[in-house]
Amino acid sequence: MRFDLQVIASWIEPGARVLDLGCRTGSLLDHLRREKSIRGTGIEIDEQAAGEAIAKGLSVIHGDIYEEIGDYPDSAFDQVILSQTLQQVHDPARLIRDMLRVGRRCIVSFPNFTHIGNRMQMFFTGRAPVSRELPYQWYDTPNIRVIPITDFRRFCRDIGVPIVREVAISTHHHDTRGRVITVLPNLLATFGIFMLGRHDQANETPGS
Amino acid sequence: MSEYIDDLDAGPGVGLVEKRFFSFGSADEPLVLESGRSLGPVTLAFETCGTLNEARDNAVLVCHALTGDSHVAGRYHQDDPKPGWWDIMVGPGRPIDTDKYFVICSNVLGGCMGSTGPTSLDPAEDSRQGTPYGTRFPVVTIGDMVRCQRRLIDHLGIERLLAVAGGSVGGMQVLEWSVRYPERVCAALPLATTSKHSAQAIAFNEVARQAIMADPAWMGGDYHATGRPEHGLAVARMIGHITYLSDQSMRDKFDRRLQDRCELSFDFEADFQVESYLRYQGNKFVNRFDANSFLYLTKAADYFNLENQHGDGSLVAAFAKARCRYLVVSFTSDWLYPTYQSRDMVKAMKKNGLDVSFCEIEAPWGHDAFLLPNARLDALISGFLGRVKEQCAAGECDAVGTGGTGAGCAPAGTGGCHAL
Repeated sequence: MRFDLQVIASWIEPGARVLDLGCRTGSLLDHLRREKSIRGTGIEIDEQAAGEAIAKGLSVIHGDIYEEIGDYPDSAFDQVILSQTLQQVHDPARLIRDMLRVGRRCIVSFPNFTHIGNRMQMFFTGRAPVSRELPYQWYDTPNIRVIPITDFRRFCRDIGVPIVREVAISTHHHDTRGRVITVLPNLLATFGIFMLGRHDQANETPGS
Repeated sequence: MSEYIDDLDAGPGVGLVEKRFFSFGSADEPLVLESGRSLGPVTLAFETCGTLNEARDNAVLVCHALTGDSHVAGRYHQDDPKPGWWDIMVGPGRPIDTDKYFVICSNVLGGCMGSTGPTSLDPAEDSRQGTPYGTRFPVVTIGDMVRCQRRLIDHLGIERLLAVAGGSVGGMQVLEWSVRYPERVCAALPLATTSKHSAQAIAFNEVARQAIMADPAWMGGDYHATGRPEHGLAVARMIGHITYLSDQSMRDKFDRRLQDRCELSFDFEADFQVESYLRYQGNKFVNRFDANSFLYLTKAADYFNLENQHGDGSLVAAFAKARCRYLVVSFTSDWLYPTYQSRDMVKAMKKNGLDVSFCEIEAPWGHDAFLLPNARLDALISGFLGRVKEQCAAGECDAVGTGGTGAGCAPAGTGGCHAL
């Protein structure tokens, strides 16, 4: 499994109720089901991917995450995961609030735009960066936002959502190995992973 | 609401099967229907394939669509030209795998393929005795059909069904099972179906019924001595067939091609292939189906309204009764039961915290898609059933509110009358 997903999996309590937004073929949910006996649900907009996930025996709804998340009752889940999708989200504040309505906590991961590789490309070539983490040209990218780790922290403060836990990692997009970056993460990390909580839970220990 | 699809033979399947009959009730102890009227005795024609295991927890009930029957898979005789209506789905190694599951399919109440319906003889003690019910047969509902199926499941000694599966009107029965008998269903697979007919669906059914009733041969339903309303029934079938296809599938299949001619005839022969096809389907149907039964079954489908029946008008309240897991499937080109109707169900299930999977399959063939070979549908059904079987084997029969411990799948411990 991808290194970033391994990090996310390590944050999930055994037996938790987990909602994975944009679950693709359900590899994270499948892993969590086997390793941590979670009760998982996925939402996936692509028929092929959703079909494969259901065929694995996972509970997955083929649909749009913005529409589908609205139907769940408050606190239906312990954790809501949005893995490497935030850069494609139209209204991140609304989605994160919705995630924290249906889940006690949520986990958000995204490619760090201000990684040194991107900075160098922009500086030396004067062109929009194309990297292993963000492998698209300006004209064919599904991504509508660029997110530096530093800006995401500021965004969480602005919308009043406490960061419960965070880690910056350096890994290739599909790599199963990687490492945690503790020094200058906004410069050296390829991905940021954040666990967000509700305001009233800010001081609780993670997973309590 | 769909039907037999011709010329699909997936090779050796479950082998030979036998149509059997189960009767219950009597004139003294009748089944009281939702309409308030009584019916007794009642007979259901049913077939089974696969083997019921020791724990009696591997039974899958398959519910047929509008004009289907109990002959879900296999053949009655070695030289039968075609197998049961869902032979591509039910059989050894197939998605509903008869090596693992014990599959039951019964003809619905009100049908004409062996179960009690308007063609059955009226037991009334008057001059009518010994003649078919005709339109004196009481109007039955999807709920009545499911109550009869439950009697059959009791009779087979099955406490809890591993799954109930069906498409179209069969899917309505699946939904009804899941909220009417929540403690007896581990999983439900409503495919290409709806929790209530749209005005459009009712409209098509009404036109079909009017075609039958406008046929002079219908005689108010008492045509058994005088000859059947074949024209009316054929037209009703033609209307139905249009709703089972789609603009694209008709274009692909027929477009404006002419039938057996290269010029327009300038008369009222079947110039176009599509006309010829509909006439053929209509005429073929007349040989196997009863016109009154068609009236009753379409009425039952039109009356079906899960939210009114079980939720005082709220679909969310209706599904509050359910405990099972769901696999809901719709098809992009199905305009009879469009995807929004499936999504409405899924929404109500989610609001109740039910375990639900949903997939809208891209398919050009219209409503009939659920009966056609489709690798995606196969994978969805076999994966879902496999998981349900594992969970139930682990004692997690209830899918909600139990934190995974479930209420346990109590085996049918009582002796009862087991007809196997």
